[in-house]
Amino acid sequence: MFPRLVFESFRRQRRRKTLAVVAVTLGMAVVTAMLAVSTDIGDKMNRELRSYGANLVVYPQEDTLDVKIGGVDLKPASDGAYLNEADLKKIKGIFWAHNIVGFAPMLRAQAQIFRNGRREDTQIVGTYFAKSMTYGKESYTTGVRTTHPWWKVSGAWPHDDSDEALAGDKVGLHTGDTVKLGDRTMKIVGVLTSGGEEDNALVVPLIRAQELIGRPGAVRRVLVSALTKPEDDFGRRDPKTMSGATYDRWYCSPYANSIALQLTEAIPNSRAEQIRQVAQNEGTVLSRITGLMLLVSLAALLASILAVSSAMATAILERRREIGVMKALGASKGAVVAIFAAEAALLALLGGMLGYALGALLAQQVARTIFGSSIATQPVLFPIVMALAVAVTCLGSAGAIRRATRMEPAIVLRGDV
Amino acid sequence: MFLHLVLRSALVKRGRTVTTLLAIAVASGVATAMLTLYAGVDAKLHSEFRAYGANVVITGKGLGQQDLATVDRLVANSGTAAPFAYIVAKTDSGAPVVVAGTDFARVQKLDRWWSVTQWPVRPGEALVGARAMTAIFGDNKTVTLNYAGRKFNLTAAGILKTGGDEDSRIYIALGDFNPWAQVPLSSIEVSVGGSAADVDATLHQLATALPQAQVDPVRQLVEAEGRVLTKAEAALLASVLIILVTSFMCLFATLTASVLERRKDFAVMKALGGSQGAVNRLFAAEAGALGLLGSLIGYALGTGAAALVGRANFHATITPEWSAFPVVVVATVMVALFAAMLPMTFLRQVEPASMLRGE
Repeated sequence: MFPRLVFESFRRQRRRKTLAVVAVTLGMAVVTAMLAVSTDIGDKMNRELRSYGANLVVYPQEDTLDVKIGGVDLKPASDGAYLNEADLKKIKGIFWAHNIVGFAPMLRAQAQIFRNGRREDTQIVGTYFAKSMTYGKESYTTGVRTTHPWWKVSGAWPHDDSDEALAGDKVGLHTGDTVKLGDRTMKIVGVLTSGGEEDNALVVPLIRAQELIGRPGAVRRVLVSALTKPEDDFGRRDPKTMSGATYDRWYCSPYANSIALQLTEAIPNSRAEQIRQVAQNEGTVLSRITGLMLLVSLAALLASILAVSSAMATAILERRREIGVMKALGASKGAVVAIFAAEAALLALLGGMLGYALGALLAQQVARTIFGSSIATQPVLFPIVMALAVAVTCLGSAGAIRRATRMEPAIVLRGDV
Repeated sequence: MFLHLVLRSALVKRGRTVTTLLAIAVASGVATAMLTLYAGVDAKLHSEFRAYGANVVITGKGLGQQDLATVDRLVANSGTAAPFAYIVAKTDSGAPVVVAGTDFARVQKLDRWWSVTQWPVRPGEALVGARAMTAIFGDNKTVTLNYAGRKFNLTAAGILKTGGDEDSRIYIALGDFNPWAQVPLSSIEVSVGGSAADVDATLHQLATALPQAQVDPVRQLVEAEGRVLTKAEAALLASVLIILVTSFMCLFATLTASVLERRKDFAVMKALGGSQGAVNRLFAAEAGALGLLGSLIGYALGTGAAALVGRANFHATITPEWSAFPVVVVATVMVALFAAMLPMTFLRQVEPASMLRGE
């Protein structure tokens, strides 16, 4: 009898039921979409924040003081210590290798070049542009095109290990000019606008700078761009004061400091630290944005709860005559509540499934349009959304069912309510 | 008579009116909150990005205090400026080190990521970069530096750590720097607030006011900020649109259902001789009135909710968005009217008699 009552209710009142299902579907679609987007947006924004460039720097332990003034490095090239270029590929072997978005080695030198009609001292910067490297079975590209995304080149980017070079826009050379660097003739393939000190320099492949100073395999500095976790009090603690499980937990969290430590472990005789201007601020910006999206998701959840509740309440109050008839025929309050609760649950299941599908689709579309990558849909979201749908629908109808069952059948049937 | 009917209809079925009003208030409240947040977020996020420091750098030969004053005047409340002057001094043993003269109060405001153990307060005190500390000072607390034949005694008051070029420098106050070094300012770093367009406008103002200097944007910061903000705001806009559309669709479904529920009233009016037009006007007036009242309540609630979010997330006030007011009210009233009129088109075909009979 009970299933037949429920089934007949769905068969007879199709339009009313459709409206209710539509309300539940929409409500759950919003909740699904918002939950999917806000759980993933942290990762997506973290990647976008890498537009600020390198947030870690590795330099030789024994290095002497930099003397850089007006963008010119006055320290003679023979001074100070160097890192070994061969050690760089070990960067992709650290614990947090997957968080390393890219790295670029830097080597500065001075050379006399013929420009502006005479021989002038010019800064030379040697680095990787988009060098393909392999680590084990993985191959990847890394260089300044990853760590300095704001560099604008009019012309073409030089190929790594070639005779091509970039001229900073303040140097006064143009695309197509040739420049003699030591024994080599370098061709300017592009003009660089960086907004920084490289605008006064010639940017050449690392190997050419190494030849110039006569030290093959030398690297003065490595700039690393990594996805990090915003620093909290735990992250700020000195690893030397931690032991055992606490140390492991710190090591296995992608704080800027722990990645820096892992870089020093990979590259011998080095020191690494976070570039505070980039690393500190991205944590704050990230937490603001994810906080905002979370609050918006909560607002969406609240809105859908209220919307679904009001739709269910309206749908049930509309049927108070029915309830009156059932009670007049002798149904107990419990039986009436059971029938309506069962209907609400079925509506919730149907609406929840449709809403989840719609919401997931919507979230994917949003992510693809804005970030160009898809959302990693957590499978745990489906049972959460279904549970929410049932909870919201049943709670939303509870108040209305209670009110409707309290009405006197005779009064309701007369039409006085 | 008309007004009487509308009022009585609302007051007799108080419970139903309140539920409808509540649904309308919630939908318009959510819409208001979302629109207010979206409008305010741009400014709030831009100010978060100012923590990255100077986004405009002024360089030139012979910058002085008067140029700094000009900059202060132009950026006034929306930015911070700090002067820097650099020289290469030598220790008694001939080791070179870059010494920078600056205004510590301004630098503290501009470069908030600097990790400083203690800021210098007294004359002769210096803020020493971590690498310069080990290389120049070693274990000593004071050191004598020479520049252009003049000596200067420095005491290390605090250590600076940034991970950048600052770690290799020694910073002293301009009050100590100027009499010793006697060189003009090398650069003025400015943090300009506002959107990319505002920064551009201020840049041009500065360039015009300081014709002999070079005014450049710090491309690293300006471009990255633009990229990150565009994505964040696009995500927020998408969320806002989804929520708005869904809220109003839900409201529409609820209102349609509640009007359909009153088809007996509709039938009685027709049976008593009311024309379709008169009945339409009655239902429309009710829907319009409820829509208006509900949206006013909703606007107030939504503005409050947005302010709460602003306080919770940004620790700053988000002001009411007056331009959202007409949008929300008009949208809500239109949804209410449409929700009332759509059932009319179904109901108009049905005979009043059959409706009253209960079919």
